[in-house]
Amino acid sequence: MTSVTTMQPSGTSGGQPMILLLLKLRTFIALIAVFAFFSFAAPNFLSTANFVIMSKHVALNAFLAIGMTFVIITGGIDLSVGSIVGLCGMVAGYLILNGIDLGIGYSLYFNIFEIILITLAVGVLVGAINGTLITRLNVAPFIATLGTLYVARGLALLSSDGATFPNLVGKEAYGSTGFYLLGTGSFLGVPISIWLLIAVGLAAAYIAGRTPLGRHIYAVGGNEKAAALSGVKVNRVKMFVYMFSGFCAAIVGLVISSQLVASHPATGETFELNAIAAAVLGGTSMSGGRGRIGGTIVGAFVIGVLSDGLVMMGVSSFWQTVIKGLVIIAAVVVDQAQQRLQARVALQQQAAAA
Amino acid sequence: MTEAKHQIGLSVRAANKVYPGTHALKDVDFDVRLGAVNVLVGENGAGKSTLMKVIAGVEQLTSGDILMAGEKVTFPDTRAAAAHGIGIVFQELNLFPNMTVADNIFIAREKTRAGVDIAAREQRTEAAALMQRLEHDISPDAMVSDLRIGEQQIVEIAKALAQDARILIMDEPTSALSAAEVEILFRVIADLKKRGVGIVYISHRLEELIRIGDYITVLRDGARTGARSMDGVDVPWIVQNMIGAASKDFAKTVEHDFGDEVFRCEHISLMGRTGKFVVDDVSLSLRAGEIVGIYGLMGAGRSELFECIMAQHPHCTGDFYIEGRQLNEPDVAGRIGRGLALIPEDRKSEGLIQILPIRENMSLSSLGRFVKGIHLSLSAERETVKRFVKDLAIKIASMENPVSSLSGGNQQKVVIGKALMTSPKVLLMDEPSRGIDIGAKAEVFRTMRRLAAEGLGILFVTSDLEEVMSLSDRIIVMSNGSITGEFAGACVREEEIIAASAIGHAPASEAGHVIGSSHG
Repeated sequence: MTSVTTMQPSGTSGGQPMILLLLKLRTFIALIAVFAFFSFAAPNFLSTANFVIMSKHVALNAFLAIGMTFVIITGGIDLSVGSIVGLCGMVAGYLILNGIDLGIGYSLYFNIFEIILITLAVGVLVGAINGTLITRLNVAPFIATLGTLYVARGLALLSSDGATFPNLVGKEAYGSTGFYLLGTGSFLGVPISIWLLIAVGLAAAYIAGRTPLGRHIYAVGGNEKAAALSGVKVNRVKMFVYMFSGFCAAIVGLVISSQLVASHPATGETFELNAIAAAVLGGTSMSGGRGRIGGTIVGAFVIGVLSDGLVMMGVSSFWQTVIKGLVIIAAVVVDQAQQRLQARVALQQQAAAA
Repeated sequence: MTEAKHQIGLSVRAANKVYPGTHALKDVDFDVRLGAVNVLVGENGAGKSTLMKVIAGVEQLTSGDILMAGEKVTFPDTRAAAAHGIGIVFQELNLFPNMTVADNIFIAREKTRAGVDIAAREQRTEAAALMQRLEHDISPDAMVSDLRIGEQQIVEIAKALAQDARILIMDEPTSALSAAEVEILFRVIADLKKRGVGIVYISHRLEELIRIGDYITVLRDGARTGARSMDGVDVPWIVQNMIGAASKDFAKTVEHDFGDEVFRCEHISLMGRTGKFVVDDVSLSLRAGEIVGIYGLMGAGRSELFECIMAQHPHCTGDFYIEGRQLNEPDVAGRIGRGLALIPEDRKSEGLIQILPIRENMSLSSLGRFVKGIHLSLSAERETVKRFVKDLAIKIASMENPVSSLSGGNQQKVVIGKALMTSPKVLLMDEPSRGIDIGAKAEVFRTMRRLAAEGLGILFVTSDLEEVMSLSDRIIVMSNGSITGEFAGACVREEEIIAASAIGHAPASEAGHVIGSSHG
C-alpha cells in the first residue's frame, strides 16, 4: 500500500513559499509601511504622547473588530455593534446620574462596579437577542442585526430624549465615583483601555486557537452542515459569537463615555463598518471559516494609524475617506491572490507526496 | 449495424485529464457516431463523467485532442461546446428550483424581442411542445421546486432537446425515472436517432444499455478497456471489461465471529414533505463485528434512515438501542458520545470542511479527548491525528494543508478517520465508495473489513450491487422506505436482491430485466 504518509511542509521548490510568507504577513508589512511613512511625513508622529493617543483611538475599533471577527468567521455579520456602543454608554450614564427609579419615591443607585457589570450585561443581552433571532427564528444575520441596530439606537435616544448625560463623575455616597479612570487612567504608563484590549485580545486569541469552542467557530463558518453532523452544537456556537460581540461593544460604550465623562446617544454610529473593515484588512474572509484575532488587531491598527497620521499631515477628511476605502479594497485583492497561491502550493506538495 | 453506416460526429484522441492526486483519464480515445446511441459504461470513478465534462466544455483536457469533422476544436467553456451543437443532461440536476419550467428550459438562451424583452408566451408554447414530445403533462409555468425528481429529470432533458443539439450527452438520465418514464425516454431517443443526432448514453443499468445501444465504450480506472459495435455484446463481456481482475480486491479475507448485538432500531418512521413515509416502519439490528449492507434504488429511504439515526429529523418516530440501552440523546453530539458515527453520502457538503486543515477536520468530532480543563492540547491532537493518518494510509503532504487539496479517496479516508477518532461502536457509512478511484475503494473496503474484525458494527448503504454482495455479512434491501428483503451475504443471488429492491415500484417489468449472474 503506502509507505510515506507525512512529511514536513518545508523544502518546496522555488520562490513561492517566500512570496507566500510575504503575503501572509502583508497586514503587518502594511502597518510598518504606514508607520515608516508617517514618521517622515507627519511632524510629531514619533512621540510617546502621540502613540498613547493613537493607541486609545485604535483600541476602540479593535474591541469591536475582535467581536466582529468571531461573528464573521461563523459566516455571519453583526451590524448592531455601533448601536450597542451608544446604548451601553447611555445605560452607564443613566445609572450613574439617575439610578433606577423604583416608583415609590426612592431610586436605587449602584456603585461603579455594579454599573459596569450591568452595562456589560446589556451588551451581552442585545447579542443574545441577535443570536436568538438568527438561530431560533432563522432570520438572516444581516437582517437580524440591522433590526437591532435600529432598535438599540432608538432606545439610546429614548433614554435621554436625545440629550447628552453630562458630567458623569458619580457620587461618593453611592460609590459611583471614578468612572473616568476607565477611559483616562493608566497603569505603568499604559492607558487602562489598552490593558483591557490586551486582556480581551489574548482571551479571544486563546479561545480561537486553543479551545474546542474556537475550533467549532471555524467549523461552523467553513461548512455548517458538516459541522452539525460532526457533533458541533451550531446554535450554541452562534449564540456565543453574537453575545461576545455584544460584550465587546459594551466595553467600547463604557470606555468612550468614561473618556468623555459624558454619554451621548449618537455615539458609535458607523462604528460597525470600521470594525468590519479592520477584520477584513486582517485577513478575515467574509464567506466564513477563516480569520485570526492577531490579524484583526493589526488591521485595526493600520486603519487607526492611517487616519490619525493623515489628520496630522493635514490631509482633508474627504481624502481620508477615499484612501481608507482604497486600502480596504487593495487588502481584499491581495488576500485573493494569497488564497490562490496557497492552494497551488498545497496541491503541489500533495502531488509530490502522492 | 455496420460501422460505416454511421458517420463520426466527434472524436476524442489520446485524452488525459489529471486532477490533483487522480489521473482521471489515461490516453482515452472515444468516438461519437451520429444517428446512433453511443454507450459509455464503467464503474463509479472510471472517468465517464470526466470525459463527458470535457466534451461539454465544463472541464479542459490536460493533454489530447477533440476533433470534429477532422478538425481540432477546443471548448474553453460550455457555451463554446453548445455552439458546436453539443448538449448535455447532467447527472446532477442543474435546474433553478426558484424558477418556472419554461424559464429553466430557456435559461441563458432566452427568446427575446429586440434583445431585451423576454418573449414569455413563445417560450411557454415551445416548452409545452417539448413536454408533449416527452409525453409529460408538466405545465410550463410550474415551479421546478414543486416537481418530483423524475419530473425534474424530464425538464433537464427538455432543456437539452430545446438546444437542437447534434450531439446529446445523457449522463445517467434514467436514475430517477420510473419504468414508464424510461420507456418514454427511449421513444424520444429513437426519434432523435432518426433525426441524425448522436447520443452519448451513460448508465449503470446494463440491460438498458444493451437494449438501446449501437456502440459501446467501456472505461476502467480512467483507461479504455473495450470499444466496439453493440452487435454480439452481452452482459458478461461488459462486466469483464468494466471490472477486470480488480473485483476480487475487496473480497472477505478476515474470518471472525460476531459479538453481541450493538445496535437495534425498532419501528422507525419518517414522514416526508409530501405526506408520504420516506422511512416506513423500519426495524433492524446489528451485531458487533458484523457488516450489514443496505441496498436499494435512489429514493428508497436509506440515507433518510441514517439521518434519523443521527438525530437529523427530530420528528421521526421509533426507538434506537445501543448495546441494549435506549438512545435518548436528542442531538448529534450526544449520539456520537454513545458510540455512533456517520460517514455521510456527500463528502463535500456534509463530510468535510474544505478550507480547514486536514488535522482540524479529523479531530472535529473528538476534540473532547484532547481537552484538559478548557485547554486544547495541540500536541496530543497532532500525535493522534498522525497515528490515524498512518493507520488508514492516508497520503498527505502535511496535515496542515487544507483538506480540499486531497484526492477523493484520501478525503474519504479523512472522513473515516474523523469518525473512528470518536471511538465508535457502530459505524454508519452512506455510499462509502462514491467518487473515489478503484484503488482507494479497495483500501476503504479492506479498512471496513479490518474494523469489523476488531469488533465494530458497520451498517453501510450502497447502490452498487457487487459491492453489497461482496462486502456484507448480511444484506438488507429497502424499497419505498421499507425493508423488502433480508439475505445472508454468502448465499444470495443477484436476482433476488434486484427483485426485492423493485418491490413497490409500479410496473413489474423493471424487476423482470435482471443482470446476468456470470460474475457472481
